[in-house]
Amino acid sequence: MSEKIDQNRREFVSVAGKAAAASVVAPGVLLHSIAHAEPRAEPVTDAVRYGLLIDTTKCADGCSDCVSACDKENGLDLLGKPDGATDEDWARQKPRWIRTVKVKDRLSGHVSSLPLMCQHCEHPPCVDVCPTGASFRRADGIVMVDRHTCIGCRYCMMACPYKARSFIHENIKVKLSAVPRGKGCVESCTLCVHRRDYGVAGTACADACEHGAILFGDLNDPNSDITKALQERNHTQLRADLKLNTGVRYRGI
Amino acid sequence: MVRTVTRLLLLAALLFSAVTFAESQRNNAVIEGSKAADLDACVAPTDFMRRAHFELIEHQRHITVHQGIRKTDNSLAGCVNCHVAKDVHGTFLPVDGANPVTGEQQFCAGCHEYSGVQLDCFSCHTNVPLKAGK
Repeated sequence: MSEKIDQNRREFVSVAGKAAAASVVAPGVLLHSIAHAEPRAEPVTDAVRYGLLIDTTKCADGCSDCVSACDKENGLDLLGKPDGATDEDWARQKPRWIRTVKVKDRLSGHVSSLPLMCQHCEHPPCVDVCPTGASFRRADGIVMVDRHTCIGCRYCMMACPYKARSFIHENIKVKLSAVPRGKGCVESCTLCVHRRDYGVAGTACADACEHGAILFGDLNDPNSDITKALQERNHTQLRADLKLNTGVRYRGI
Repeated sequence: MVRTVTRLLLLAALLFSAVTFAESQRNNAVIEGSKAADLDACVAPTDFMRRAHFELIEHQRHITVHQGIRKTDNSLAGCVNCHVAKDVHGTFLPVDGANPVTGEQQFCAGCHEYSGVQLDCFSCHTNVPLKAGK
C-alpha cells in the first residue's frame, strides 16, 4: 500500500515540476491571477491548478467550522426544509458541499475525522457521465456544474465516488449574487470560484479552520505553501486506486 | 359630410393617442429612481438592447461560467444593479416583480409580462443586488 502511495506521489511531484517550468515561461499569467484584486478579465488558464491539502491529524473530532463557513459563503444556510418534508428527509437530502466523515482502520481501530468535499479530479467521473456537458472541469482545475445546461438527471451524483454532489429539490427564495442556485440542478464545492474570479484569497473552509488543517493553494506554483507542504511530507488521495489525480489531498489517513 | 369629418377627427385623435402612448412606453421603460433612468443608453443602443439583450446575457453566461470572466458590461448582476429601483422605504424592489404599493411592474417584469415571454433568469439568480463575492 505504502509503495503505491509513494508511486503516486512521485508522479505528482514530476507533474508539479513540469507545471512549475510552465509557470516560469508565463509568469505574467500567474502574477495576474494572484495579484489582482479586480474581477477577472482574461479566461482562466491551466497555468494554475487549485487544490486543497487537508491534514486529518489536525482536524478536530466534532468540529464543523469549515462546514458552517462553507454554508454561509455559498448560501447553503439560506435553504430551508421544504414543505411536507420530514426532518429525516431533510437531514438526508439537505445540500451540503462539505461532509464530515470518520474513517476507521479496522485492524488498529485508528479513527480519522476529515472534511470531504468535491475532490476536483483531473479525470472527473462526473464529467465523463454528464449527458449534456453541464458537468465540466475548468482550465484551472475546478470541477463545476454549468447550471444553465444541467437537466437535473443526477447521473453525476451516482458517478462521484466521494458522494460530493447535492441536488436542489425546491425553489429557492433568497439567492446570493455570487452563488446562483435553483431547483432541479446539481451542485458541489467550487473551491469558492467567485473568490478566485474576484481576486479574493483563500476559501471559506480554509479561512474558518482554527486548527490549520485545511490549506488552499495553487498546486502548479512551486513556491505556494500547498506545493511545499505536499513536497515536504507524504500525503494521499482518497480512492487513489481510481487514478483520478484529485486536487484535494489528505494527510494522516 | 359632418359625420365623415367627425369620424376622421376621431381616427386622428385615436392615432395620436396611440402614438403618444407608444412614445410614453418607450420613455418610461426604465423605472424611475433606478440608476438606468439617469443614463442615456444601456451598454448598447436602446433599440438593440430591446431586441437582443438576451443574446448578450447568454453569451456572457458561457464565458463567465466556463472561462471565469467576470469583468464585463454584460453580466446579469450588472443588469439588476442598474435597473433595480427602491420603494419609499429604500428597500430594493425585485426586477421581476411589481411594486406592492403602486402595482407598477418593475423593469424586467413589465416587458416580459406584456410580451408573454417567460423570464427564467431569476429562478436561480438574485433579483435584487446582493454584494458581489458574498
